[in-house]
Parts: sequence; C-alpha cells; structure tokens
Amino acid sequence: MNPRLRVGIIGSGNIGTDLMIKILRSPLLESTIFIGRNISSPGMAKAQSLGVPTSGESIAYIQKYPDCCDLVFDATSAKDHEYHAKILEKLGKIVIDLTPANIGPMCVPAVNLSESLGAKNVNMVTCGGQASIPIAYVIGKSQKNVDYIEVVSSIASRSAGPATRINLDEYIHTTERGVQKFSGAKRTKTILNLNPAIPCIDMQTTILCKVDQPDLESLKPMLADMVKKIQSYVPGYEVIVGPIIENGRIVVMVRVKGLGDYLPAYAGNLDIINCAAVAMAEEYAKTWDTYSQRMDNT
Amino acid sequence: MKYVLVSDPSLRDGNHAIQHQLSEEQIAAYCRAADAAGVPIVEVGHGNGLGASSLQLGESKTPDDRALRVARENLKTTKLGIHVIPGFATIEKDLKHAIDIGVDVIRVAAHVTEADLTQRHIDFARSKNKTVFGVLMMSHMASPELLAEQAKKMESYGAEGFIFMDSAGHYLPSDVTERVVALKRELSIAIGFHAHNNLGMAIANSVAAVEAGASMLDGCARGFGAGAGNAQLEVLVAVLHRMGYETGIDLYKILDAADLAEKELMSVVPTIKSTSVVSGLAGVFSGFMKPVDRIAKQFNLDARDIFFELGRRKIIAGQEDIIIEVATELAKRTQTAPVQARSV
Repeated sequence: MNPRLRVGIIGSGNIGTDLMIKILRSPLLESTIFIGRNISSPGMAKAQSLGVPTSGESIAYIQKYPDCCDLVFDATSAKDHEYHAKILEKLGKIVIDLTPANIGPMCVPAVNLSESLGAKNVNMVTCGGQASIPIAYVIGKSQKNVDYIEVVSSIASRSAGPATRINLDEYIHTTERGVQKFSGAKRTKTILNLNPAIPCIDMQTTILCKVDQPDLESLKPMLADMVKKIQSYVPGYEVIVGPIIENGRIVVMVRVKGLGDYLPAYAGNLDIINCAAVAMAEEYAKTWDTYSQRMDNT
Repeated sequence: MKYVLVSDPSLRDGNHAIQHQLSEEQIAAYCRAADAAGVPIVEVGHGNGLGASSLQLGESKTPDDRALRVARENLKTTKLGIHVIPGFATIEKDLKHAIDIGVDVIRVAAHVTEADLTQRHIDFARSKNKTVFGVLMMSHMASPELLAEQAKKMESYGAEGFIFMDSAGHYLPSDVTERVVALKRELSIAIGFHAHNNLGMAIANSVAAVEAGASMLDGCARGFGAGAGNAQLEVLVAVLHRMGYETGIDLYKILDAADLAEKELMSVVPTIKSTSVVSGLAGVFSGFMKPVDRIAKQFNLDARDIFFELGRRKIIAGQEDIIIEVATELAKRTQTAPVQARSV
C-alpha cells in the first residue's frame, strides 16, 4: 500500500479544526501540519491534544518549509485564499479551497468527483452548495425548462465563526453560481439564516424550484440514487421533506447532522463541506503516483 | 426645541401586511404625499428589505429596482431609505445598484445577537458617503446589556445611528426606557426605536424612548405593517408635537397622507387581533400565527398555550418546526393532569 498523502491545513477555526479530526480517521491521508494565525486558539489546542504538529505562522510556514505537505486545505477566508492561492501555486501544491473564493473549478463529489481530479486548485463551493447542488443537479436532469432555483439554508449561530460571517456575500454568490452551473437553471437565489436558538438547530437546507411542468415521477428515482451517493461520504445527510409540489413549485428539504467531531452534531454545515473535501483529497491520494509523475513531467 | 428624526417605513413594513404586493402606482402616490408632508425619510421595498423577494418570504410585485426608481422620482425633499439584511442582500448584487439608483439612507439590520454580520455592508455604504444606521431586530430577546454590546459593534463598523426594533411587540414603556439608558451608556451615536403594536403600546413605547434620550422614531401610516401593525405615524407626529418636539412634519398633510394610505395601500387597516395580543405577550414572532392556529386544531389545544410555551422556550423566526414538538409536549401534559387531580 502507498504511504498516506501528506496534507496540511491552513485556517484553525471551526472548519479547519473539524477537518483535521476527519483527516485523522482517513486511511489515505496524513495530517502533517495544522496552521493558523494564533497559536493559542481553541483549534490549535485541539490539534496539539491530538498530536498534530501546529504553527501560528500562517502561510509563511509553508513558504519556509515547502516540504511539510503535498496538498493544502485552505479553510481561512475568501480574501485570504486569494493571497494564499498564488503562493501555493508557485510552490506546486495541490489546493483544496474551502472558502468561497471561487478560484478553481467547483467540486461537488456526488456530481463531479472524477472530473475534478487534476485541477491544481479545487473549490468546494460552500456548505449550502454541497447540500443543495446534488439536488439541483438531479432537478436539472429530470425537469424541462428549469426557470428558477432558490436555496435557503439555516445554520446554528455557534457554528459560524468570524470568517464565515465576514464571507456571507461570497457564500451567497458562490452558492448561486454553483447551483446555476450544475442545474442549468435560468435564475438562482441563495439565502442564509443564522439562528442563535439554544439548543442549537441542525443545519437545514430547502431547495425550491420553478419549472414549466413539474415531473416528480422522473425526479424521485434520480433523487433517491443521489442521496445514497451523498450519504456514502456524508452519513448525516437526509431528505426530510419531498420531493413535493407545493404552490406549483418543487420543494425538497434536507437536514445535515454532523458527526460531532469538533462541534456537536448540529453543525452539519461543517461536516458537509469537510466530508466533501476529504473525499476529494482521498481521490488525489488514490492516484497520487501517476498524478505526481505527471506534475514532474510538466 | 428638541428634534426627533421620524422615519416612515410604510412602503417597506406595510408590504408584510399585503404579501409584498405594493404596486408602482401605490409607491408613487404615497411618496408624493409623504414628501408634501415633509417626512424626513421614507423606506421602500420588500417587507424583509432589499434582495428579500423570494419563494421563501414571498415575491415582490414590484422588483427592488423599479420600486426604488419610482420612489426616487416622486421624492423631492424626503430622503429615500432602504432596509438591508445581510444574508438576503449582497453588496455586489443589490446594494451597489440601490446606491446607483440614488438611495440616501441605508439601514443595515440583523437579529439582535448577530451584529457582526453587518460589518461589511455598513462599511461599504459608508464608503459611498451614504447615511448609514445599524438596526437590531427582535431586540426583546437580548438583555439591555447584550443589546448595547451588539449595538456598540455596529457603531465601531461606522453606523451613524442605531435603531432597535420591538419586532414581536413585546415591550412595555419601562423595558424601552431601560434599553435606551443602557444604549446611551455605550454609544455616542443617535439612538432610535421601532415599535410594534401587539399590546397597544407602540405610541407609549415610542414616547418612553424619546423621553429616555432616543432621537429617532419609526412610524407607519395607519400603522401599516405586519400583524398588529407598527406605531401609527400620524398619531406619533401629533403626540410628539403636543409634547413639544419638532419633527419638521406638517400635521394636516401627514393626516392627508395617512388617509391616502388607508384608501390606496391597504385592504384592511391593521388591528390588534386576539392572537396578536398573545404573541406580543409571549414575545413570539408574529409570523407564527398561522402555523400555530393550524397545529392547535390538529392537537386539540388552545393556540394561546402554544404561544406562551414557544415564548418560554425563546423560539425565534425560522423555527416553525418546533411548534409541532411543543404541541406534542402540551398534549401529553393535558392528558396526565386530570389523573393527578383525581389522586389528590
């Protein structure tokens, strides 16, 4: 068996820390460095307690020690990623981007995992995008003339850290672009609600769709297959309503429960994007020998 | 004489009462009337503000672009305002365009505990030299101290004024006084208040706010707004004048504007319905009214009991699914109660 692919994480917030815990379980990946800006953050403490090497030097650490990893997950913010992306490209690192910077091609594993392989910078869209795009994709495949798709997500306030909050606009734009790209809908809209209720609410996403003549019979089997595919890498993903036709539009509502790795199970928004990112990285790991040779030759 | 800046969201909040169906003609007519009366700011748009027209919240009859253009054309001295909730409206898609159309006043709003979501929108609007106010909604769900702490964030982002909303119509005058006092301790910017009328307190609460040191108030013609309605604008102006405050608004002309609003904008004038009283008392978002009524029938419960239980659990807008859980719980309790009674 090949040695595990050496991966680094930059960004020690909720997303980065949850991702690190998931990587520790992967038989194909090895978490060689966990990088943030503040060595005393809760994420750093978690990494240290799990024996993962840490650095508070941000991107400068990878510049100083470029051999620390072969693949980098960026879980910072859209603005920071724009800066990091250029540096990491020069260093020849494969980048899996968990911010909504939207630089590389978009990857939603249930829809286009194998096609995404080979890009030097892969964008994981957004949590709402990972939850809704597979549904939007099967709507696009099964319905004629998809006029409009709307995606409404609610997440617990506690699961949204500072970078997520500051990137609200990028979240909306990137999710809308993703939904449009994968469904072919003429128009799309995305809404995000942060709900401070205690106990915390589970992540929930509703997909509402306007088409000329809704065809549920064609949609149902495709949706069932798609949900199985998603559950293979996000176990807590389930359809809780639909597909139904309400007021002339197709409605599907999904709930994502997390594995409770860093934050409790309500934070399904962390799981859905992180599980997708791990699935992408594992795909690189499986083909790394051929992939790295190809890189060496170019 | 002391001045109170009156803001009129009839053409925004009123849209809630009519499923966001205000037409271009209605917007034009009311803007002309408010402008003639000397109303300082008129707020226009979907009930949930800029970019909120959607299947989830209801689609606007008049898109933002048209509504704002029509309002702009019909306002001479009155400033044109918008309500902007990050999560619905983005800077690129919505705010830039609204600024191009010529809005003057931008109120950036969030749920009372989520002020940090407004940072970029406030910052951007300020960079365009617009008048920018921060708004916190459902403010009764936070303590006066937490409200002031969140408001302080908005001030640090660049808000030139701060407005707290009583979105559930829950406050009594003393609650409002306590909050204005807490806000005055923390903030150096102007403080404003937006009242709802579930408990018939909208005018009294507005008066309490200015007496405690607030200098901005919201009012809608005939109270045109969601549920029980808002502070009634023409009453508010009359009361402020009688108290010796200056508003710059002409009494006869604002009464005319309110008459026009009743005739042209609304099918029914907002009143305090029985469920409005209970939801206000319980501090529950008024949008819960229909699902609560439906579920109460299904479980053979009193809707009022459900409202009080929802309030006790601090349930907020968007958590409609919890209503069924609460109803199940209440139904169990009413089954066991008679048994206990007999054993005494």
